[in-house]
Amino acid sequence: MSTLKTPVTEEDHIQGDKNAALTLVEYGDYECPYCGAAYPIVKRIQKHFGKRLRFVFRNFPLVESHPYAGIAAMAAEFAAMHNKFWEMHDMLYENQDALDIPDLLRYAESLGLPADELQQAIHDETSADKIKNDFMGGVRSGVNGTPGFFINGQFHNGSFQYEDLLAALENADNVKSP
Amino acid sequence: MSKILTPNTLAPDFTLHVTADQTLSLSELKGKPVILAFYPADWSPVCGDQVALLNEVLPEFRKHGAGLLGISVDGVWCHDAFSAERKLHFPLLADFEPKGAVAKQYGAYREKDGCCERALFVLDKEGIVAWSYLSPVAENPGVDGILDALEGLSK
Repeated sequence: MSTLKTPVTEEDHIQGDKNAALTLVEYGDYECPYCGAAYPIVKRIQKHFGKRLRFVFRNFPLVESHPYAGIAAMAAEFAAMHNKFWEMHDMLYENQDALDIPDLLRYAESLGLPADELQQAIHDETSADKIKNDFMGGVRSGVNGTPGFFINGQFHNGSFQYEDLLAALENADNVKSP
Repeated sequence: MSKILTPNTLAPDFTLHVTADQTLSLSELKGKPVILAFYPADWSPVCGDQVALLNEVLPEFRKHGAGLLGISVDGVWCHDAFSAERKLHFPLLADFEPKGAVAKQYGAYREKDGCCERALFVLDKEGIVAWSYLSPVAENPGVDGILDALEGLSK
């Protein structure tokens, strides 16, 4: 059973209560259709658990398979520097079929972010190290494809359908507070 | 499930087609660590994910000076199309004729399905098995075990 080798820190993109009993970490790729399918499911899961759950998103772009996954991740990291990570994250997953640079610049503008700076950040690969660190942390933790989920540090080796994720999280919650 | 070669075993040498007119022998890679990734079939969903990940992490393997070879019973033309479509940067070897002969030597052949197991081997510079792993056939084993093994070799 694989476990999460890189603990969740302040450097992570986190939604929800930091003292939540449950932590769901997703390793995701913005161009991956399975991640796209998981996106609304995670939203439902977050709604269901409310304060009991914190959700963490880490980059796992498979750039050899998905040519736009890398720049999309850079756009999200750029937005993060302006405290708009989740807005961009959602925008990307809601527009997975349009992730080329002009699209990303458009999304940045719509979020009130400086598009020219994003273009520069993509050109300079400003966040490449952070993305690579996320990726390698995932690889070392046994992530074998996307989306890769960890529930309280344990690799979720099941499907990401709503009922399955829900059951796995409920189960982890019971283990934590019997 | 098969019994695959275990650590400290000398990896049997082999020569397989990598393209229609090129062959590659394991002995050609002597002097550097080698990763052998046996997998059931080109194009199948799990393998697709597995090769995509191997392909993505290839630069990390190269940091250890290691070579990576994918092996299945698919023929060279199938490998050629699969490799081109997935933009793979490592060779796929065809254990095609006699079918599965190399996989059998490594204990990584599924007689009843007529294909390779999903098995990973890390060989040291001398061609000795340093680590091996037989994955459930429907499960993508990831690459963390390979990286741990390569780090073990560098120590």
